Parts: sequence; structure tokens; C-alpha cells
Amino acid sequence: MSVAQLVPLIILLPLIGALINGTVGKKLPKAVVGAIATGVMALSFGLALMVFSQLDKAVEIDLFTMLDTETFSLHARLLADNLSVWMTLIVTGVGTLIHLFSMGYMKHDAGYYKFFVYLNLFIFAMLILVLGSNYFMLFFGWEGVGICSYLLIGFWYGDFKNTVAARKAFIMNRIGDLGLLIGLFLLLFNFGTLEYSELSAAIIGSKVDLSTILCGVTLCLFIGATGKSAQIPLFTWLPDAMAGPTPVSALIHAATMVTAGIFLVVRSNYMFELAPMTQDIMLYIGLATSVVAAIIAMRQNDIKKVLAYSTVSQLGMLFVALGMGAYTAAMFHVTTHAFFKALLFLGSGSVIHAMSDEQDIRQMGGLRKKIPVTHITFLIGTLAISGFPLLSGFYSKDEIIAHAFTHGTWLYVALMASAALTAVYMFRLYFVTFHGSFRGTHEQEHHLHEGPPSMTVPLIVLAILSVFGGILNLPGIWLHNMAHWMSHHFEHNVAGLNLIKHTAPEGNMALMLMIAASVMSLVILVVCYLVYGKKNSVPVADAQLKGWEKWSANKLYFDELYNFLFVRPAEWLSEKGSHYFESMFLHRSVVGVGQLIGKSGDLVRKWQTGRTDSYILWMVLGLIGLVVYFLIYKYY
Amino acid sequence: MSTELIIATVLGGLTIGSALMVVLSHHPVRSVLYLIVTFFLITANYVLMNAQFIAIVNIIVYAGAIMVLFLFVLMLLNLSKEDEPRSSLFMKVAAAMAAGVLFLVLFAALKDAAIIAPQLQGPHDESMGLVKNLGHLLFTKYVLPFEVSSILFIAAMVGAVLLAKRDKQIIE
Amino acid sequence: MVLATIFESGVGIKFYMLLATALFVIGAFGVLYRKNAIILLMCIELMLNAANLLLVAFSTYFGKADGQLFVFFIMVVAAAEATVGLSILVLVFRNARSVDIRLFNKLKD
Repeated sequence: MSVAQLVPLIILLPLIGALINGTVGKKLPKAVVGAIATGVMALSFGLALMVFSQLDKAVEIDLFTMLDTETFSLHARLLADNLSVWMTLIVTGVGTLIHLFSMGYMKHDAGYYKFFVYLNLFIFAMLILVLGSNYFMLFFGWEGVGICSYLLIGFWYGDFKNTVAARKAFIMNRIGDLGLLIGLFLLLFNFGTLEYSELSAAIIGSKVDLSTILCGVTLCLFIGATGKSAQIPLFTWLPDAMAGPTPVSALIHAATMVTAGIFLVVRSNYMFELAPMTQDIMLYIGLATSVVAAIIAMRQNDIKKVLAYSTVSQLGMLFVALGMGAYTAAMFHVTTHAFFKALLFLGSGSVIHAMSDEQDIRQMGGLRKKIPVTHITFLIGTLAISGFPLLSGFYSKDEIIAHAFTHGTWLYVALMASAALTAVYMFRLYFVTFHGSFRGTHEQEHHLHEGPPSMTVPLIVLAILSVFGGILNLPGIWLHNMAHWMSHHFEHNVAGLNLIKHTAPEGNMALMLMIAASVMSLVILVVCYLVYGKKNSVPVADAQLKGWEKWSANKLYFDELYNFLFVRPAEWLSEKGSHYFESMFLHRSVVGVGQLIGKSGDLVRKWQTGRTDSYILWMVLGLIGLVVYFLIYKYY
Repeated sequence: MSTELIIATVLGGLTIGSALMVVLSHHPVRSVLYLIVTFFLITANYVLMNAQFIAIVNIIVYAGAIMVLFLFVLMLLNLSKEDEPRSSLFMKVAAAMAAGVLFLVLFAALKDAAIIAPQLQGPHDESMGLVKNLGHLLFTKYVLPFEVSSILFIAAMVGAVLLAKRDKQIIE
Repeated sequence: MVLATIFESGVGIKFYMLLATALFVIGAFGVLYRKNAIILLMCIELMLNAANLLLVAFSTYFGKADGQLFVFFIMVVAAAEATVGLSILVLVFRNARSVDIRLFNKLKD
């Protein structure tokens, strides 16, 4: 089958899975529901592999025309080039593993079939996002994943806190979406089209100075990306989104949805290259986010919250990379991040499952002997994210840091600091959870057990990928013919990327940077082992923290700030509005209309006196009126 | 100022005067009498216009029959001056104003009305109002309304008799 | 003949129009003003006569006899109406013991 036939099928399969499970899933046995959902995902992945192997030049697949006016037209069209196919592989591949994990994790949940419907719908929307050939398809998928994220975060809607978290995520996303929409409108207004191909043809190599227009457009697109990819100031939804089930956190808030912002920027690389102001803004915001999130993560005690802030921090680093113009390096890190972050989240899910739904690491400890598979895979994930030499995370992070080195030494130092913090809090998490002695209740200790194979197999697969994933884009130091495979792969047929100059240091400089990063991560590993592993130090209760630790544990008071700046004024406004506008004005005018009619009816009723003389009087008056009318009629 | 004009004007003034007295007098019997006078004056007007038949019929029917009927009923009810109902000042003013406005409006409507003067062929026929001519017209052109009016009379008579009887007699 | 048509000797038709209108309005005023039911009926007769006057005037003015014939029929109707009206009045008087029309307020409900 050709690419043009396969790609629509890849998108349709999850939708079909969602429809089947949505309509009859309630009556089917749980195993069948899970099998349908996971099977559909596996099929999509297989088809994506076939497309990947076949693809040479970018293929546009026209589905149908949505809108065809004189000034512009909107088409439902798919674009299969290396970037979109790569994202498809990540989404379907990691997605399949997460579906498999969910079969075991959610087995005792009453809304089992609903979960898989939402998951499949999410995959469908995400695939439209990455495979669309114009910004409208991207936006459609963008909104779709927003909805599914809302549904999935608030999956256990019986607890009101979960719905609040879901609402917060949706609203913050919406704020970003407004920016994205304005960017799309600007594009449409200035270029008359939303198609990637037409825009790249119009912008790349254009003689006209488009920098002001593109600055505006890219700024708006970046605002959309901050919403979706949790940058400052729109990042507080991501930690709260941990209220959803762990597979949701793994899929959406680690591997796929949050990378949609990155994808958007990479897709529009030629625009960002011509808007240096936006690139600088991206860089600074990404850097700030990265550091701030890392600081907060240092004193968090919920296993999922640490991972959530770690995601925010890694996304910040990705935006730093994008701000430097290192698009392929960013995509590389997105890939490896998908591997190890999904691994870490699924691992944490396994831990939570073993601990009978306990998420506080202060209640854990010494779990390495009880749940060995989870332990080993979690360790691998931690090492990968901390940049342990030769693991996948090491290569991807190092490439970004190398780019930073050429960009400016201060940036290099800042990124190294962020990476150091990452290593610290990740190792803290690992050691406190898996080493030392068990601090939980006897009940929990009794129930500690490894999950079923449906849960352990994905962990193992992701661990392998985390270890060997670095092969995808090795720096040019060894294996020269394989080096930079990913960069070349993307530059092959993705618009704009082939024009970007490589600025990373090569040769000896690169080697020195790598060694420096390795040394740093190893040192931190040892220190953390000594502090958290050997000394068996338990994080203290929140009430006893002082200084920077207190700030970190309280999330740098961002939520309180937003509450003060935005939520309270909005509530005040709505209260005042409700009082003044609604009860005093609107209610009264609506009720007033009814009362008016009643009162006028009372008034008119007095006219019918039933008395003869009164009626005669009115008859005479009527006669007068009639004659007057005819008088006027005659004269005019 | 021809004789006819003077006579017509005086007659008109008297008619209006006596009509006003009909309305304004407090004693009901006096009102009836004034109305009879008014009818006589209107008859005089008819005579002035040589509508002889109508003039006589006016006297016979109106002044002779209808007014006598009114007097009968008035005597029957035996109303005295004190029984005369008084209306509130508001109603009096309202009535006066309504009537005044009506007059003004009608006057304004008719004031500038263009009445096409008739084309007179030869000397004018004053014998138009005579019984013979009217009778001729009545029994040729208007014979149907004439016959129908007799049915009207029957209905009125039956109705009047029926209404004035006492209930017990009707049931019997 | 002794009497020429009055309209040939200076009296305009407007005069009779005014006179008839005035009589009509006086009748209407009487209907509104007087509360005695009998006087009310009399004022109605007055209004009818005003109409008769105008009809005869126009009939003489145009030389057609149709107007006077119409007056004849109006008198017919007026007579019938006065008859029936007075009988109703007598009946009402028997029950209400008064001819004040303000007491006749059962025209609604």
C-alpha cells in the first residue's frame, strides 16, 4: 500500500477503536475493550513503520475541501514528511505501550471502557495535529487534544479536586489557544493561506522584509505553545494535571501533548528564523521555566509531581534549544524525553499500584527489593534523564548544551545548572523511593507486589529504548557514517530545516563538553547516594521547612500569585456583575415585562365599566376620531 | 338680504334654541314639550323647502305619535323633578367637551366640502315634494323597502306588546 | 308658484349643513349629558331628525326626490325603535324602580 493510502488509515484506526469502545464497550468484557484499543494502536504503529520505510519525498494527501471562497480556502489535507511521520511513530509507539500498561493499571476501575475511548480519541486528535498539512488541521488537533486532556485529567470526577484541575488545565490551554488563533489569523491576513507548503514557498527566500509580520505571527504562535507546553506563565496546570490516572500523565503530559508546542515551532522553523526577537524571548522564557521548575521539583514529595515539574523543566530546555535555532536537536530530545519520561511515569504508576495508591515518597522506601523490575527500569529512566554517560538522555541533552556553548557561555552555565538540578531532584526521588527502609503502613507493605506483565513489558521496552535511543543522533565524534542520522533525516524533506546552518561545536570542543557533562552527572549521583541513599534521610514534613526549601515545597507560590492576580478579580467581577447586572437590571427587566403587562392589563380593564353612559361617551369619541382620520386622509 | 334668508335664519336659530332647551331643562316633561316645539320648527323648515309630504308626516308621526308615547311613559313612571339623576361634574364637562369637539370636527370636515351646484334644466320643479310625486317614486323604485318596513312594524309591535306584558300573563 | 326653491333665493346649502350638524351635536351632547333614560331616547330622536333635515335639504338642492323618500323610511325606523325602546324602559323601571342609566351597569361580565 502506498503512503497516500496508509496515512489516512493510521489516523482512522484509533477513531474506529474509540467508536467501537464508545458504543458497545460497556457491554464487552474488559479484556476485549483493552485488546481493541491497544490492538488499534499497535496496528497504527505498524502502518506508521511501513510509511516510515517507504517515505522519500514529502507526500501531500488531499482528503476533502472544507471551505472554498474567493479569498482563501481550507482543505482537509495530510502531509507526510519525515517530521510528521516521526511524530506519528512516537505517538503511536509510545501510545501502544501506554495502552498496554493501562490494561493492567486500570483493571479495577469502573470506567475502564471510557478510559480507552478517551485515550483513543486523544491519539486520533494528536495524529491529526501532527499529520495535518496546514495550520487549521493543526489547530483542530490542538483543540482535540485539549478536550481529551480535560476528559482524562478529570477522569475520576467523583472527587471535585480532579475536576478543578481539569478545568484549570483547559482554561490555561485556552489562553494559549487565543494566541495561536491570533497567529493563524495574522498568517491568513498576510499570506492568504494556512498551508505549510504555500507558506514556506512564500516566506523562504522572499525578497520582501517580512520580519515585523513574522515577529507578530511567531510571537502569537509561541504564546500558543506556552499554553500547550507549559512554559512560564502558563505552566501551573501541568502539576495539577497529575490528578488524572498515571497512564494519562505518561501519554499526554510527558510524551505527546506537551510536545505539540515544540512541534508547532519546528514546523514553522522558517518563520522563527526570520524573527530573532521571538527566538530570544523563547530562549529566555524557556530558560526561566527550566530553572524555576527544577527549583520547585527539589522539595516536592509526591512522586508524580516531581516528574511533572521535571517535564516542565525539560520543556523549558527544549524551548531554549528552539530559541537557538537547534530544531533537530530539539526533536532529538523530544524523542528521548518521550522514552524516558514515559518510562518514569509508567514506573511511578507501577510504584503507586504496588503501594496501593500511595503517592507520597515519604511513605515509601526500600522498594528495590520488593518490585525489582520497576526498580531497574526506573533507575534506567532516572539515569537517562540525568544525563548519565552514553544513555539516550545524555546525547540529546548534550547536543542542546553544545549549541548553548556556541550561543554564549552564560547560557551554557545556566543550562548546566538546570541539568544539575535535574539530576539532583531525580536522584533524590529515586533514592528516597527505592532505598532505605520501608516507611509505609503494614497494610501497604503486605500488598507490595510487582504488576502484571501488561505493566512490566512496556517498562522494559521503554527502558531499552532509553538506553539505546542515543543512536538516533550521535555526535560526530565516533561512528561517523551513522552520526547525525536524525538531523539528516529531517533535513531531507522538511521545509526550512535544510537551510539551517549547524552551529554546534565539533571535534575536540564537543568531546570536552561531553566529558564535563558526564563528570557533573556522575558527581551528583555519588553525592545524592551519600545524602539520600546511605544516610537514609527522609524528607521532612512541609511544616518544618525553612528558607528556599519552603519556597520550593510551596511551588514558589505561583498558584497563590495567579489566584491573587487573576482568579480573585475575576470572581469579584462576576459577583458584582451578578449582583448589579443580573439581579438588579436583567432580572428586574425580565420580570418587569411581565409585571408591565399585568399592570397595563389592570389599567385597560378599568375601561370596561359596564355602564351605558361611559360606553356612549367612548362611542362619541370614537366617532370624532374617525371623522378626524378621514379629514386628515382627505387633506394628505 | 332676501325674505327667505331672514326667515330661514330665524327659524334655524329658534330650532337650535329649543333643541338646547330640550337637553338643558331639568324637568323631564318640559324637555318633552320643548322637543315637540323643536319638531314643529323642523316642520317649518320642511315647508320652507316645499317638502310638503315630509312636513305633514313629521307632524303626524313624530310630534303626534312618538312624542305622545314619550309623554305617556313619562306620566306612567310618574317622575318628579327630584328624581332627576344628577351626574358628576367630571361627566358633565366631559360630555360638553366631547360634543364641542364633535361639532368642530364635523364643521371642519364639511366646511370646505365642494358641493357641485346642480344643473338646472328649465324652470325648477317645485312640485317635487308633493305627495303625488313621492308616491310614484315610492311604489316603483322603493317598493321593496316599503314592504319590508311593514315587516319591521309587525316585529316592533309584537315586541312592544310582549315586553310590556306582565310575566305571569306570558307564562299563561 | 308661491315658494321658489329656497336655494335660489340666497340661502346656501351650507346653512342647512350647519344647522343639521348643530342639531346633531346637541342631540349627542344630550345623550352624554342627561342620565334620565327617557330623555336619552328623546335626544336620539333629535339626532335622527337632524339627519332628516339634512337629507331633505339635499334632496331639494339637487332636485331629486330620493332623499325625501329616505327620510320617510328613517321615520319608520325611528317610530319602531322608539316603541320598542320605551317598552324595554318600562320593564326595566319595574325592576329597578329608577330610570337612571348609571344603574344599568350589567353590560360587562
